[in-house]
Amino acid sequence: MSIFLNTISRDLKMAIRNPSSFLNPLMFFVISISLFPIAISPEAETLSRMAPGIIWVITMLSVLLSLNTLFHYDFDNGVLEQMIISHHSLSLILLAKTTAHWMLSGLPIIILSPFLGMALFLNSQSIIILILTLIIATPCLSLIGSIGASLVVGIKNSGMLLSLLILPLYIPILIFATSAISNAQSNLAIDGQLYFLGFFLVASLIITPFLSALSLKISLE
Amino acid sequence: MSKLIVNNLSCQKGYNLVFENLSFEVNSGEVLKVSGANGSGKTSLLRIIAGLSSFESGEIDYDSFNLKSEQYKLDLLYLGHLASLSPELSCLENLKYSSLLGKNSLKNDYSKALKQVGLEKYENDLVGTLSAGQKKRIALSLLFITQSKVWLLDEPFSALDSKAITIIESKIEEHCINGGLCILTTHQECNIKNLKEIRL
Repeated sequence: MSIFLNTISRDLKMAIRNPSSFLNPLMFFVISISLFPIAISPEAETLSRMAPGIIWVITMLSVLLSLNTLFHYDFDNGVLEQMIISHHSLSLILLAKTTAHWMLSGLPIIILSPFLGMALFLNSQSIIILILTLIIATPCLSLIGSIGASLVVGIKNSGMLLSLLILPLYIPILIFATSAISNAQSNLAIDGQLYFLGFFLVASLIITPFLSALSLKISLE
Repeated sequence: MSKLIVNNLSCQKGYNLVFENLSFEVNSGEVLKVSGANGSGKTSLLRIIAGLSSFESGEIDYDSFNLKSEQYKLDLLYLGHLASLSPELSCLENLKYSSLLGKNSLKNDYSKALKQVGLEKYENDLVGTLSAGQKKRIALSLLFITQSKVWLLDEPFSALDSKAITIIESKIEEHCINGGLCILTTHQECNIKNLKEIRL
């Protein structure tokens, strides 16, 4: 457990000392969402109808933007090699790195989302569901993203390739998360969507660390 | 007594055969220097023995353990071309994390290890602000706290001054006297006792 906590603490420390790595995607998140009322319509009805889709699409894209840095620095300076040959479980180390990534990408989005939800005229019930979907599903974005990031770690300018690999896997999350918020706006049941997102989270937690470790070993050979 | 045996090892990169049918053994107390021209496969050989790269054919055994065994990983220390240091962390923070990844003890000896390589004044300085030689010294300071028996050192003397080279050579000798073994690649002359050499 010591390696897990130490890896999280190390990655957070590194991010705080090089804040652009995690602030840029967050700025993208805030700026993109704030531009929608100007570009589409300032009408409350239009914006609140589009808000679930807008917030979730921008969330996915900003997490995708931040994925490039997940393994990139450690690959460049050789620390990833040491992680692979370590006697500690590589899956556990990568899970720790992915947790730190979520704390720097998903968690700030969850904190900012009520304010941006209000800016897009979401009602209080919908904002609660928005936060709930983000809490359940943003860890999935980081976990699934870690597989793609580990596959392209040795490839320069791999942003486009990473998007092509990962975005199709994000689509089910996008569909169920936005559907849950839209249903909440119409006072319809949301249990099914939340159960699916919960299942996706558990499955990602179990499967992705092993897949990331495997793909990382292949990438570094 | 530990023994690392490499038997009929062949390595291929793409369509290029880097080396073939390479056999040697290193016993505890011995240092093996791997020399050869650029591109002859020195780094590839160390990466294979470290379990980082795959090989075409052959066998590698360490005390009858294979390369993926927990015991081998516990006994292994690999220092590659890259210093394995994060520029955003201080020397001490880097050393602590590196030692956590490997088999190390003596928890309070990080400062002592940095002192051994002459970097005690830079303990809390960020690695990104240091020179290439200083970074190499920090990477090598791990030798002073590790308990690993098998040391794989890729160009350990590059970017070091003569004083630092002497310190590292003495440490390698001390490691071998204590029952460890070491395989290193270098283009430089080494003043290490019990040195064996193979050329690729």
